[in-house]
Amino acid sequence: MADTAVHADEHVDHGGHYSSTGLSNNKLAMWMFLGSECLLFGGLISTYMLYRGRHSENLGPDQVWDIPFTSASSFVLLMSSLTMVLAVSSAVRDDDRNTKVWLSVTALLGALFVAGQVYEFTTFYREGLGFTTSLFSSSFYTLTGFHGVHVSVGIIMLMSLVGMISKNKVVGDKKETVELFGLYWHFVDVVWILIFTLVYLIPA
Amino acid sequence: MAIIERPSDAVEVVDETTPSVATPESSYGVFRRPVETTGWKSWLFTIDHKKLGIMYGVVAMFFFVVGGIEALLLRLQLAGPNGTVLSADKYNQMFTMHATTMVFLFVMPMAAAFANYFVPLQIGARDVAFPRINAFGFWAFLFGGLFLNTSWFLGGGADGGWFMYAPNSSVAFSPSNGVDFWGLGLQITGIASLTGAINLIVTVINMRAPGMSLMKLPIFTWMVLVVQFLLLFAIPVITVALFMLMFQRSFDATFFSVEAGADPLLWQHLFWIFGHPEVYILVLPSFGIVSEILPVFSKKPLFGYPLVVFSGAAIGFVGWGVWAHHMFASGLGPISVAAFSVATMAIAIPTGVKIVNWTLTMWGGKLRFTVPMLYSVGVIVQFTIGGLSGVTHSVAPSDTQQTDTYYIVAHFHYVIFGGAVLGLFAGMYYWWPKMFGKMLNERLGRVNFWLTIIGMNLTFGPMHIVGLQGQPRRMYVWTENRAGDGFFNIGFWNLIASIGSFVLALGILLFFVNIYVSHRKGTEKAPLDPWDARSLEWITTNPPKEHNFDRLPEVGHLDEFFHRKYEDRGSDGHHEFHQIATAEEVVAEEENNADGHIHLPSPSYWPILLAFSLPIMAYGVIYNVFLVIGGAVLGLVSFYGWGLEPHTAPEDDYDPPTGTAMEVAAHG
Repeated sequence: MADTAVHADEHVDHGGHYSSTGLSNNKLAMWMFLGSECLLFGGLISTYMLYRGRHSENLGPDQVWDIPFTSASSFVLLMSSLTMVLAVSSAVRDDDRNTKVWLSVTALLGALFVAGQVYEFTTFYREGLGFTTSLFSSSFYTLTGFHGVHVSVGIIMLMSLVGMISKNKVVGDKKETVELFGLYWHFVDVVWILIFTLVYLIPA
Repeated sequence: MAIIERPSDAVEVVDETTPSVATPESSYGVFRRPVETTGWKSWLFTIDHKKLGIMYGVVAMFFFVVGGIEALLLRLQLAGPNGTVLSADKYNQMFTMHATTMVFLFVMPMAAAFANYFVPLQIGARDVAFPRINAFGFWAFLFGGLFLNTSWFLGGGADGGWFMYAPNSSVAFSPSNGVDFWGLGLQITGIASLTGAINLIVTVINMRAPGMSLMKLPIFTWMVLVVQFLLLFAIPVITVALFMLMFQRSFDATFFSVEAGADPLLWQHLFWIFGHPEVYILVLPSFGIVSEILPVFSKKPLFGYPLVVFSGAAIGFVGWGVWAHHMFASGLGPISVAAFSVATMAIAIPTGVKIVNWTLTMWGGKLRFTVPMLYSVGVIVQFTIGGLSGVTHSVAPSDTQQTDTYYIVAHFHYVIFGGAVLGLFAGMYYWWPKMFGKMLNERLGRVNFWLTIIGMNLTFGPMHIVGLQGQPRRMYVWTENRAGDGFFNIGFWNLIASIGSFVLALGILLFFVNIYVSHRKGTEKAPLDPWDARSLEWITTNPPKEHNFDRLPEVGHLDEFFHRKYEDRGSDGHHEFHQIATAEEVVAEEENNADGHIHLPSPSYWPILLAFSLPIMAYGVIYNVFLVIGGAVLGLVSFYGWGLEPHTAPEDDYDPPTGTAMEVAAHG
């Protein structure tokens, strides 16, 4: 993701980062990126809130939602944040084996959530709620679809990281790399809490 | 992963906090890693912020010419009644692409060129925080811009105006692929801006030279920082809007179809939440440049530096709360209109503060009217005119009258040309010797300046009159029998504007002539410090070495360079500066104390490859889904190549293999 700009000694190309604030550049960049993502989801959520009531009589939020099912998949996603914390904690202790285990479990839970979303979308589609059925359906699929893509990208990154740790190919600071992945993952989870509340729990 | 930018003596500090690190051996490139420092490969795969800055500038200038030719065609069409130069359809495409090109492919990247080149130099760093991301940003911008312009050859450009209002942008009203090209092209350049923003924010916050607190930051860098925050939060909003536009046009969604119950104002809100901060994104870099130049040629520090900083930040904040003044005529309701009206008046205050600070910087100074100074004064005057007509828009009843007339066109050209573009030209004349080691010809520069100023006032001045007379924007012909009489005859003023546009074009042409003339064989090398400058970027050679500074400068003052050259011998609040060192001595002092070994990150293939995957996917969205898959595969491969690549090339990638190729000798 980033590069070594300058190092004074050939054999030390890591560690002891000099920075004006003491924060690492990578971490700062990740926070900036997540700040930007807030506005992305802000725009998508606003659009959904504007259009949630614009649908035909029998295919609105109150008719199609299966709250118990979505609650279960939300629980799975939130648990993946827990396992992500365990992965970071293992990484801090230089425990490669457990880092890989917890990262894999996190990816697995994430995959379970995405599978749930695929199942949910399929069910809705069978009930007649296609992407272009109504403004409600378009904005719903766009919002949750964007979130699903974020989770999927996260899964791919987690699995890649597991592979890179196995082969000892992580470029730079391993602990921090795991932590950065964690930041991204938690952000995606927090966004889901918002979406779950605004989209599913609050009646239209 | 790590970015390390530290003075050599900081190495010893690394002890118990040393992170665990794997040091990869191979670069995972299919080919040998590019390590050339000369020839075309050194440009194509470079990650040097200075080379990227120059490339940004060259490409932006190219698009400036493209956008300029589009503008001239528009003015030719309107020069006389019943113009026949362009058809109605072509005219629509022309003004849409003119605006899009000038905003996204000229002013923004030209500001990015200066930001790329000078931010690391002004803060005393050796590169940006993420050099490869920087390279990716440039290539994404270039490919996005080219992609957007290929629409001319593939069925015609976008034709909905640069704000592409819905539902006019839907397939029914704009059946060609132009709008698709527009939306996808802006997505790509948006990615470029976003990565650039993150990169520059981290660079400015984290990589300042020792001693450079935020309130000692050169003012240009400050304004760039504010702009990057605006980009960071504005780009995702337009991204959402563009995605919905794509879903609407390519996948039959109905986000903006009124007949399906959609709210036509949704697009307008999303667009202008991005679009108004965008206005400040365009103009603040130039404010920064002008704030650098005026003190140099007034031989006084910038008047009220903290106020200029805070007013810049205030513009950034308030810029988020004024977007609906673009929508006064859309029926928002009296409360919204009143609120946005007041907010719009309020934003004139920090802008006014800047103008006052600039004038007071000049007040009592030893003024030298060099070309950069002329352009800077030009900004003050022309931007003030544009700012004042802007305040008239904040009054909603008056704005309702002016909406969609040439008065608006006059206003934003005074702001963007008079504010942003003149400032960018000031920067070019000012920093040319720094970037290329040659002075631009002053005499030609003066002619360049005056023709530009006369041309712009002839072009955009009459637009106030025809606008207030009611000539609508985007109208492709006007007729004699409705032109009016006497002083307010719009035919006369349209002709003046058209003549003016060619005077303006001649002025710009002289700039290119000037480049040619100044770089002919036998022209003298520029002196080290031609302007008696004040800020950090001048404490190095012209042009700077690849590693910028032999020693990372220690900063004790705002205007550090000035304070190394001059000593204050005054007392009791009275300043009396005496020269204690020449620029040559200051730079020699740095060179004699150079850091030992400086390793720069090696060039890389991956940024350009990753960027190239973007237009492939974009063509795929329009033409064939297999292209999307192909582009995605290329993107994925590049991602992994990027992620697995070590920062510096292993020694056997050099030819002949050597461990010292990137080393800079201590007294080099």
